[in-house]
Amino acid sequence: MRRSGSPFTGAGIVLAKEAADQLSGTRMVVIEALVFLIALVLAWFSTTAIRESIGQSPFLFLRLLTMAPDPVPFSFIDTVGLVTPIIAIALGFDAVNAEFNQRTMSRILAQPIYRDALLLGKFLARLLTLAIALLSLWLLVLGVGFLRLGLPPSGEELVRMLGFLVATIAYGGVWLAVAFLFSILFRAAATAALAALGLWLVFSFFWSLIIKPLVATLIAGPPEDIFGPNLAYIQTSQALDRVSPNTLYAEVALALLQPATRTLGPVFISQLRGALLGAPLPASQSFILVWPQITGLVAAMILIFAAGYIVFQRQEIRA
Amino acid sequence: MSGEVAILAEGLTKRYSATVAVDHIDFEVQSGEIVGILGPNGSGKTTTILMLLGLTEPTEGRAEVAGFDPLREPLEVKRRVGYLPDSVGFYDGLSAHDNLAYTGRLAGLSRREIDERFTEALARVGLPDVGRERVGTFSRGMRQRLGLAEVLMKRPGIAILDEPTATLDPHSTQEFLELIRGLKNDGTAVLLSSHHLDQVQSVCDRVALFNQGRIALSGSVTDLAQRVLGGGHVIDVEARGAGIRDRLAGMPGVVRVQVMGPQLYRVDCERDLRPEIARLLAPSSELTGIRFAEPSLNEVYTRYFDEARHAA
Repeated sequence: MRRSGSPFTGAGIVLAKEAADQLSGTRMVVIEALVFLIALVLAWFSTTAIRESIGQSPFLFLRLLTMAPDPVPFSFIDTVGLVTPIIAIALGFDAVNAEFNQRTMSRILAQPIYRDALLLGKFLARLLTLAIALLSLWLLVLGVGFLRLGLPPSGEELVRMLGFLVATIAYGGVWLAVAFLFSILFRAAATAALAALGLWLVFSFFWSLIIKPLVATLIAGPPEDIFGPNLAYIQTSQALDRVSPNTLYAEVALALLQPATRTLGPVFISQLRGALLGAPLPASQSFILVWPQITGLVAAMILIFAAGYIVFQRQEIRA
Repeated sequence: MSGEVAILAEGLTKRYSATVAVDHIDFEVQSGEIVGILGPNGSGKTTTILMLLGLTEPTEGRAEVAGFDPLREPLEVKRRVGYLPDSVGFYDGLSAHDNLAYTGRLAGLSRREIDERFTEALARVGLPDVGRERVGTFSRGMRQRLGLAEVLMKRPGIAILDEPTATLDPHSTQEFLELIRGLKNDGTAVLLSSHHLDQVQSVCDRVALFNQGRIALSGSVTDLAQRVLGGGHVIDVEARGAGIRDRLAGMPGVVRVQVMGPQLYRVDCERDLRPEIARLLAPSSELTGIRFAEPSLNEVYTRYFDEARHAA
């Protein structure tokens, strides 16, 4: 059966209202404060360390993002990898259930819009908010680096950093879609937040440590056999690792921000013949290397959003 | 527009697995008419409303709202229908204006139309000075009025009001009912769901009584009284004297006599028996008053469900 009218009628209005709510809300103030603090602390310590070793690397701005400067125990990319999902979950966990809880859902859907428009508008508004937060972070780091190092980033560095920003937004989008799905599945916002954080914890800590080795051993046998490392195990293990958005994101960060990275999988000695180890790859080659990972992140975001969309279409609107 | 069919339901049915929430109901509402839908909780009233708004899909049957099919053309239906849900909710952090401007924009109104209609609607519902205040500070009654202001802003041909007075105090309720009468005067068809039978009776032209997903009875209150209470005319008699109840009960055409007070008797009759009653009581007792009593919807409702329970 075909319904009349566009499913996206009103999506722009929902997006504008939701984006205004998000950007002017207390939650955004907290997120921005967090972003500001992270950017300043990490950029300050990193630039201090880099200033002492200028000339050692042609990619100073990339080092700014990848080094763990003393006394901070983690790098900028580690921090972004940790904070982005939390920000995304904070933005999405009550996106839909709040409309039911404050009894606004039926009022809004009694206006001439489809559910599609409401859901898409809400999701895009939050993705936009997340993108703005990450862009601010990116610009702050770039600005502090520029001021403290006294030289601008090269064109190649900018391209790589932009690619990293896009990948970070896609990575945040995956966790936003997860939080969004749980906000559709659970009427209690606290339950949705806990479920999303629980899933993030599983992928951050338990997936690689416990679940992946167990499943890989069951599928491909032990990691070592009589001839040495079991290639089937390594390949299965890597495939399972890539189920986690955290792994996909880490691989993108590695390949884009460390230009010497030539591969993200197992390498045979024969493949290294003739290679100049430690020589950087051109940015285009690095992008080719991580293209599947970036596509995977975007696809995961769309798939999870689509799952939420299907559930929402089947829900009874009584509040 | 008066006299046109605004809402039409034919064999409308909604099943949830084995449960039948709405079971082959037929009814219509004309423009400029107020129709009340009554029934216990879970009798199918809200599900019917949701089907009329295109918010839930009927399993069988069809509906037509403002000439459009809510299933295939929900946007056209929603453009023409103002809906006030049970315990209406707003965004507490936004002002009354911003809340209504949002739904106004979704309804396709321009910024100028929103501002004009907002001021007018707020004045009409008795909240002229709160447009810039946050809804979080509003009482339940004010929220309910704001919900009606939203309906008015849309200038709909049809208004669907689900339990609109459930949370209001008696004074606000009377004012709210007056606003509903105002909608009728504008030519709007009103479908009103409520548990407050006296209120329904005071504003509705017709009522439909829902029971277990079906419309058990529908018509004017007088029609329903005739069918359920067994008499088309109810007469209140005030008289002093002995044996009045028995004498009234023995009259041909009298269905039932109830003693309502020390000297007040309510007589359910098949026809207008006022002259005969006056002749009967005049010689032996002091007849101080005789008048038609409005049949009570409350009585109809109670009797119907009592009988339904006994039959079950």
